[in-house]
Amino acid sequence: MGADKSTVTIYVFGKQYRVPQNLTILTAMEHLGYRLLRGCGCRSGFCGACATVYRIRGDFRLRTGLACQTPVRDGMVFSMLPFHPSTKARYDIKSLQPDINALLRYYPEILRCLQCNSCTRACPQDLPVIDIMAAAMRGDIANAADLSFDCIMCGLCATRCPAEIVQYNVAILSRRLYGTHLSPKAGHLKKKLDEIRAGRYDEELSKLAKMSTAELTKLYNSREIEPEEA
Amino acid sequence: MRHSIDKVAANRKERTKQSFPKLTPDEKKQLLTKYHPDYKPGTTRKLLVGPNKGESVVNELGDIVEAYSRISPEKTDLSRTDIQTDVLIIGGGGAGASAALTAQEAGAHVLLCTKLRFGDANTMMAQGGIQAADRENDSPAIHHLDVMGGGGFTNIPNLVQTLVKDAPSIIEWLEDLGMMFDKKPDGTFVEMHGGGTSRRRMHAARDYTGAEIMRTLRDEVINRDIQVIEFSPAIELLTDADGNCVGAILLNMETNEFVFVNAKTTILATGGSGRLHCQEFPTTNHYGATGDGLALAYRAGAKLAFVDTIQYHPTGVAFPELISGQLITEKMRSMGAQLVNIDGERFVNELETRDAVASAIIRECQERNKGVRTPGGLVGVWLDTPLIDVLKGSGQTQRLAPAMVRQFKRFGIDIIKDPILVYATQHYQNGGVLIDENGRTNIPNLYVAGEAAGGIHGRNRLMGNSLLDILVFGRRAGGDAAKRSNTAPGDKPILDHVVRFHKELKKAGVSTDRHSPVLLPDYRSKEAKIELEAFAVRGWE
Repeated sequence: MGADKSTVTIYVFGKQYRVPQNLTILTAMEHLGYRLLRGCGCRSGFCGACATVYRIRGDFRLRTGLACQTPVRDGMVFSMLPFHPSTKARYDIKSLQPDINALLRYYPEILRCLQCNSCTRACPQDLPVIDIMAAAMRGDIANAADLSFDCIMCGLCATRCPAEIVQYNVAILSRRLYGTHLSPKAGHLKKKLDEIRAGRYDEELSKLAKMSTAELTKLYNSREIEPEEA
Repeated sequence: MRHSIDKVAANRKERTKQSFPKLTPDEKKQLLTKYHPDYKPGTTRKLLVGPNKGESVVNELGDIVEAYSRISPEKTDLSRTDIQTDVLIIGGGGAGASAALTAQEAGAHVLLCTKLRFGDANTMMAQGGIQAADRENDSPAIHHLDVMGGGGFTNIPNLVQTLVKDAPSIIEWLEDLGMMFDKKPDGTFVEMHGGGTSRRRMHAARDYTGAEIMRTLRDEVINRDIQVIEFSPAIELLTDADGNCVGAILLNMETNEFVFVNAKTTILATGGSGRLHCQEFPTTNHYGATGDGLALAYRAGAKLAFVDTIQYHPTGVAFPELISGQLITEKMRSMGAQLVNIDGERFVNELETRDAVASAIIRECQERNKGVRTPGGLVGVWLDTPLIDVLKGSGQTQRLAPAMVRQFKRFGIDIIKDPILVYATQHYQNGGVLIDENGRTNIPNLYVAGEAAGGIHGRNRLMGNSLLDILVFGRRAGGDAAKRSNTAPGDKPILDHVVRFHKELKKAGVSTDRHSPVLLPDYRSKEAKIELEAFAVRGWE
């Protein structure tokens, strides 16, 4: 392909450049002199700021990825999509019931899903987005929450959806419904909170706060370390 | 590299039975003084101006606090007010979002501005967990002692007390908001150790803990119709004749327009400073982590604390080089992954505090020459991730750390089968603006919360106490700032503090081409920058 093995030809918004091959889409742009404002967030694949669509010349497929996590390839033609206009419902999570009605009330368009699987193919996290939508349509909040947990809300699924569903906002509503209403509560947290609120640790804490460094050090160095869970 | 990987695999079984002794207090002290980057000669200096004049500061932080404002006070029309609010929150990470929710609940009108998108923050990238003493054998007092020891007993005790006592209520708050924690079927939290903890109190949401917190808080802020302005960082604080903070000047970075915000109270929640790349370390931090809050607050006269220390995370990616410096969560070590050198030998107890583990890795590579060199010339040691499935059972790495598995899979590395190469990376700003228990600074009506604040963690923070601190002090600052906004004057803004600070800088002979806040790092290649220099008129402007 390329004349020099250590460089590749890429097309930034369609414009041709040659860059070293050991770069990501994001660092390739910077290498060329782009100073990014939109389209750049955590630079680690956690925030979804750098959603990007690309094609490889000669291949009809439209591919998707995160610019910060996708190495450049020879013949890559790309464009960042740093913002996607989406519907985001306003709700009071506590007052909702964790069932299908909550989802349909705010996002009735989920029923328009054609099960075309474009969302799944677009997901840079490789999540089974079609299954998340199927769970949402069944009102299976727990499953929708669990399957969508690794979603970084980059918006690529929504850009590809012919039914115009905003999958990532349906997913976060499902997760919050699960967390608030369905997740079993921890008895030990409640107990500890009651103790703290009753002032059980106040005396010990003020004693610690007044201790000299020497006293603290001694206490610290002799403290018992709980073993790892078996 | 492959040869060394085989060595690591060969003695893996044997190593599962081996326990590595913890450092004695003396050994730890020696290790830190000899190898921790904080102690490297020439990397700190004495501040020449401001409230901390004469005190030690990390060079890169010194450069941003001892710098000129981006605006000229004499050319600024201060009669203008574009937005009036009770509480102005500067920063859209976990501290800012939690402050916004709490301030609004207390009845205040809230405006939140942020430099990038709402949620583009280190909070989003925090993976491992959040500490809270909520199990039977644990208590806020035991947590307190762990925090103090981790910080080298330099932490401000009242702040630590506040942190540990509020901790369980933060977990409750997050659960009420619908955050999903890792749990057992009966609702009991799955809790692990972190470096330097004496009890298992690390609550996690797979290895997306910070992301789960951030997206939940963000969703709630939007639900409550709190006004958020993105791509508009504060570039200067506003003060009045009595020295109260009365708002800020924002810069719309997309249009280069100013936005004058008059606020009764102001909360700086601008985060850390990894993108200043102290001592040229790579960083785990997000793109906007340039220490803006420190610069703004210092110019206005706020006192800083512990700005002579930076936290280097022991396990940043060393290979593949495309993602070098990015975070590999400490949770991997909590789950049993060991650190081994080129010969497959352990050299430190993996659950020492971060300062100690990072120093041990630096010693292993620099002095003992037992590091592994990458094709691109970086050096690192192995984090033996396959051990997690060996110890915890098949499938556990995927279940508890899907982000890490995914991250490396993208580059053709299976961390369940092969170890990964790691090296220290700039992670956390240990210090910041000195605050009290409610996030107040010495400037009336100016609050600071989150990584921009200093004093809580002393000279070294423990894993899981940052996600905790941003929410504890974010909520406290939000609540107090809202209350205070009822009586705060919100008087006529002037920029006397800038004029005064500029005079001081000139007198001290500080270079006039240093301006702050820095806002964003510049990663354009050298060639691209050289060509910029050649313009008589910069670019097309």
